[in-house]
Amino acid sequence: MMRSAALSAGGNSRGLQRLPSGWAIVGALTSLIILVPIGAVCVYLFTPASENWSHLVDTVLPEYIRNSLWLTVGVALGAGSIGVTTAWLTSMYRFPGRDLLTWLLLLPLAMPAYIIAYTYTGMLDVSGPLQGWIRRAFGLSYGEYWFPEVRSLGGAIVMFSLVLYPYVYLLARAAFIGQSVCVLEVSRTLGCSPWKSFSKVAVPLARPAIVAGLSLALMETLADFGTVQYFGVSTFTTGIYRTWFGMFDAVAAAQLSAVLLIFVFALILLERWSRRRAHFHHTTNRYQRLPDIRLSRGWSALAFIACLLPLLFGFIIPTVQLVIWALETYDTMVDRRFVTLAWHSFALAAGAAMVALVPALILGYGNRIHPSRAMRFFSRLSSMGYAIPGTVIAVGILIPFGALDNALNHWTREYFDMGVGLVFSGTVFVLLFAYTVRFLAISLQTVEAGLEKVKPSMDDAARSMGSNRAAVLRDIHLPILRGSLLTAMVIVFVDVMKELPATLILRPFDFNTLAVRAYELASDERLADSSTAALAIVAVGIIPVILLSGAISRSRAGTRPI
Amino acid sequence: MNTKAHNHLDIIDVSVELGGNRVVDNVSLSMEDGETGSLLGPSGCGKTTLLRAIAGFEQPSRGRVQIRGQIVSGTGHHLAPERRGVGMVFQDLALFPHLTVFDNVGFGIRHKGSDAIRRRVYELLELVGLERHADMYPHELSGGQQQRVALIRAIAPEPDLLLLDEPFSGQDLELREQLAREVREVLRLDGVTALLVTHDQLEAFAFSDRMGVINCGRLHQWDSGYNLYHWPADRFVAEFIGRGVFIRARVLDEDRLHAGIGVISGEMSMSYPAGTEVDVLLRPDDVRYDPQGSISARVESAAFRGADHLYTLELGDGSRVMCHVPSHHAHQPGEEITIRLDLQHMVVFPRDNSA
Repeated sequence: MMRSAALSAGGNSRGLQRLPSGWAIVGALTSLIILVPIGAVCVYLFTPASENWSHLVDTVLPEYIRNSLWLTVGVALGAGSIGVTTAWLTSMYRFPGRDLLTWLLLLPLAMPAYIIAYTYTGMLDVSGPLQGWIRRAFGLSYGEYWFPEVRSLGGAIVMFSLVLYPYVYLLARAAFIGQSVCVLEVSRTLGCSPWKSFSKVAVPLARPAIVAGLSLALMETLADFGTVQYFGVSTFTTGIYRTWFGMFDAVAAAQLSAVLLIFVFALILLERWSRRRAHFHHTTNRYQRLPDIRLSRGWSALAFIACLLPLLFGFIIPTVQLVIWALETYDTMVDRRFVTLAWHSFALAAGAAMVALVPALILGYGNRIHPSRAMRFFSRLSSMGYAIPGTVIAVGILIPFGALDNALNHWTREYFDMGVGLVFSGTVFVLLFAYTVRFLAISLQTVEAGLEKVKPSMDDAARSMGSNRAAVLRDIHLPILRGSLLTAMVIVFVDVMKELPATLILRPFDFNTLAVRAYELASDERLADSSTAALAIVAVGIIPVILLSGAISRSRAGTRPI
Repeated sequence: MNTKAHNHLDIIDVSVELGGNRVVDNVSLSMEDGETGSLLGPSGCGKTTLLRAIAGFEQPSRGRVQIRGQIVSGTGHHLAPERRGVGMVFQDLALFPHLTVFDNVGFGIRHKGSDAIRRRVYELLELVGLERHADMYPHELSGGQQQRVALIRAIAPEPDLLLLDEPFSGQDLELREQLAREVREVLRLDGVTALLVTHDQLEAFAFSDRMGVINCGRLHQWDSGYNLYHWPADRFVAEFIGRGVFIRARVLDEDRLHAGIGVISGEMSMSYPAGTEVDVLLRPDDVRYDPQGSISARVESAAFRGADHLYTLELGDGSRVMCHVPSHHAHQPGEEITIRLDLQHMVVFPRDNSA
């Protein structure tokens, strides 16, 4: 024993597979912390109903459910038809401008739904330029003509469809390119016409991908707060907000959140299930050439217009309107206060981007060093946040951390005769935590994709050439992972910039960001004034779209939207 | 006479356990300086685990590994992989995608002066004919070129021992034997002692001075390729290496057996008392096509292979043997032909009634 101890001192290490059981524990703890808000809300599924709750059930709950259902159905139809059509046209046919449109079609992703909602309201409202022109041109006054009401359930469906179709577009396109072409060629040899082989073979094969894209779009729809709040469409998210801030009833808010989670879980299951099926349908890894069917001039023009329209209404028109407003108002709006807002947004987003990397790296490396069912389960569980509405996460964070703060203050008052204030629930801490929960899926997925490029044999190769563990991390892992880590940070950064409901609920007193300011000004009907903040958010939002379009141009089957 | 106290590589009674399973079971073997060896076995037989234990990626639960007489694993001691001076070529090659060919090859000697690195890297690149590819990235190379880069990257630091984990398995079947021969030549020129793991016996024959057959973690035989083929230590080796069938026989005396097809004679691999029921191995090259032969056989099936036919023949007593027949002697299944046995020696095992 003496001898072995002496030898051990000579710089040797233990077997690789024995060391990292600590990782499993750290990984499990990490995901438990990430799961706190979801767990806190789920608990309220089983608590006895309060008086407020039964009041809610009798009055507004049916309306919430009805509106949410109509929204989901409408957005599924709208975003689904736009997404599938554009994906089909850009992946199967050649027409002028196709290559450019292929990535421009992603631009609406940069437009948060609440901002497009404000913009179209400003344009199409009674006092807006379009109705004003109609009145002047036809000599009518208000009430003498019919015009669709933007701020309605139908308007919300259109807004969501215009900015959420890229999810369907992305996944459907990847499926068309990767899965169907090999099968398409077979079906051609079996005597199907191009059109028939597409409709009979390609679309059914792409269905799982389309469903997966739709469920992502619907998760965003259910998570939205800004649009439905502004349009006066009562849904769960507005109900939670109102119950929390209007009735100060945390329990009822949590119970509403829990009911909303049931809808969300259904969507998660739908997405997972269809992704699995998409996986089964994916038969070949070989890169496939696009079929590139040339269109006649007339059909080319139609295809071009069909792909241009979503882009026009989903991005170009609202952006132009925002720019016009911004030009009108920037000298009053861009002041020191605006700089503070921008700084708050930037600092929060940058902070969250870095904070969210920590659990992502812990779980990513845990899965790599200590691959086990439990580890995989934990990392999938902790990446559930992308589906959970920000409002729900906010409620799920405030309840436990508010209680923690109360207990803490009680304790300090008892022993030190002073309160320390809301150290958790009243500070940026809860915001960063909420962002991490909501966006961990993005950073985890990007980190895992990066780690996949570092094969375990590369570690072994470097070690057999004299590198110790630290040197392997420095010389092999870091250079290979750098791109992925940066991508993860950029995407989380942008998502945090756009995030509204969790920020609105959790921000410290008198702490504003660009998104919150845009929301507040719009709520005060100062739509033009809100444009500078909105435009800044849209501009930043274009960055990941460009990243994504790079990924698209190298795209193969199974590309996940990020 | 070997006066050294130790060989270049000594593996002594090594066992490795993974997740409670004994994957390598009490294996011993040794290699001389400059030798090339192979470990041959079906997939999942523990050969890769043994290789990883030598490299230091796995820790043996029992036994010792010595390189140049120095214990690197065993007796409570485990030297980290980076301190063993053991190079390894991996099945997936594990080239670093973010480094050029030059930097990949120079990775193991990056602590040296830039002149020394340059000299060594170019010396090796020239050895494998890749000096013009120094600035390319791995993904720009063909599979065979990547293979060569992985090989010279592993030998650049002049390791005491080079381990190769099925490095040719990604290549076309026809190429493997040739690659194995080329690699052996490179290693010979650089004076490297190397141990290859493979499941392809032609690859192993082409590569190694000595080879071993592993199954279920046990090393069945560690010997020259010739001896593995002609003097297999047990049934598993006899069946795993080359083709062949066993026919039933009874021992008559020291060098004669009585089989269903008559008396056959030759030097026996082991001696058995007269009357013992045994199985004797007949390789296709032991069975000669001979129009004047004394044994008649019926062609059961024929496979044309270009230079020859491989016939499966049914003998009078119902046993089946295989036979290589020169290409121009074409026979249809069902035809009767005559053969003779040409056995210099007989590989004989006690009767296995389960078979």
